[in-house]
Amino acid sequence: MSWILDNLPLILDRLWAHVATSLPAIVLALLISLPLGWLAHRYRPLNGPVLTGAGLMYALPSLPLFIVLPALIGTGVRDAVNVVVALTLYGVALMVRSVADGLDGIPPEARSAATALGYRPLRRFLAVDLPLAGPVILSGLRVVAVSTVSLCTVGAVLGIPSLGMLFTDGFQRGILAQILTGIVLTVALALALDRLLVLAGRLLMPWARTPSPRASRRSNWVSARSIRSDRADRADRADRTDEAVTPS
Amino acid sequence: MNQLWDALLWCLDPSNWQGPSGIGARALEHLGYTALALVIASVIAVPVGWWVGHTGRGRGIAVAVSGAARALPTLGVVTLMGLMLGIGLAAPMTAFVVLAVPSLLAAAYAGFEAVDRQVIDAARAQGLTEAQVLWRVEVPLGLPLLIGGLRSAALQVIATATLAAYVGAGGLGRYLFLGLKTQDYAMMLGGSLIVVLLAIVLDLLFAAAGRAAVPRGVRLARQGQAQ
Repeated sequence: MSWILDNLPLILDRLWAHVATSLPAIVLALLISLPLGWLAHRYRPLNGPVLTGAGLMYALPSLPLFIVLPALIGTGVRDAVNVVVALTLYGVALMVRSVADGLDGIPPEARSAATALGYRPLRRFLAVDLPLAGPVILSGLRVVAVSTVSLCTVGAVLGIPSLGMLFTDGFQRGILAQILTGIVLTVALALALDRLLVLAGRLLMPWARTPSPRASRRSNWVSARSIRSDRADRADRADRTDEAVTPS
Repeated sequence: MNQLWDALLWCLDPSNWQGPSGIGARALEHLGYTALALVIASVIAVPVGWWVGHTGRGRGIAVAVSGAARALPTLGVVTLMGLMLGIGLAAPMTAFVVLAVPSLLAAAYAGFEAVDRQVIDAARAQGLTEAQVLWRVEVPLGLPLLIGGLRSAALQVIATATLAAYVGAGGLGRYLFLGLKTQDYAMMLGGSLIVVLLAIVLDLLFAAAGRAAVPRGVRLARQGQAQ
């Protein structure tokens, strides 16, 4: 406890650096994955490549990616831009699927009704499709927010400031309290962001409020907690559609 | 792009492949860490996940544990263990296991939950004992999801294993940290590219395994539906 009180300015400094690196990445990931997810949803031939690409992207280990990026985008290894770009890529890799899934899940009747009411495509997308896909997109965004905040710490081993520096400093100087403070703050920041997103979702999408407790728990579990195993399942389903197309 | 070329040359230089700190030995070490962590994590998480999935008990706790663990920063866990357990393999290995358990637990549990209740009821109605329901119905049907969890755990561990070198163990991370200290970017980049390659290969292998694990009956049923 005394370590925390003695080093409050340092901690706040790291916390701020952490927020300043992870927030832009989360926002950028959302902005980039909306059009990409729409493309994957709208044009079937693009669906496979976009989602497979996203899957492979997500498979890349973070520290090696932080090191490879400077060679590709011409930044220095200790540049925070690397981390923002890398985290954005991870975010997009996760989000594209949520956006495509959300749009895929819209009942066709809702779309037809909007078209019949005279909605032009862009307005229909903004006023009908996006709000209906909103809950699924939000659940994806929550996963992105939590994993981005957690991944952000890895940059510290390269000397990029974040809460992760509390781990590296604490390890080198042998201060357990410093590492623990870092872990607690990282988890707290991730969960706070997650809560904020839930609240924002409730304000922006009042219609999506708790369907049935069981269904929401289930969707939380399947879509948010084990996105990857879901991916395997989906790859499997993609195969099935292939089978359906090829005449046998 | 020149840097990538240098890194490639570093990877292909035969002198970098020799001895116990050569690329081959380090890659094997890296894969060995990953495999060991997966085995230990599976021994812990799979029975618990299956038990939760089979009985439906302890579900809330399982959800909470896997959810909270997702926010755990890997570097924090590695350094914490490093400081508490000292230099060597025990610290990073404990961290890998802590990080791999949640995805495995979630997948083992979700695999069982995804089994259609009617199938289980039908199995019971046909006179299968509880153990038979478990081993002949729930386990095979839940296997593809479990392998999905194994896949995400493997990717997480192979990524985190690069940090093992930070707390004094081996693996490909050695090149990253040695290169960082000596300003040898070709070495850092070369080591990184090899880790990336390993991760992609592992991901594809697990994807194939997951597909192969779909029981024949399920595949036939799906084909039937598709036609």
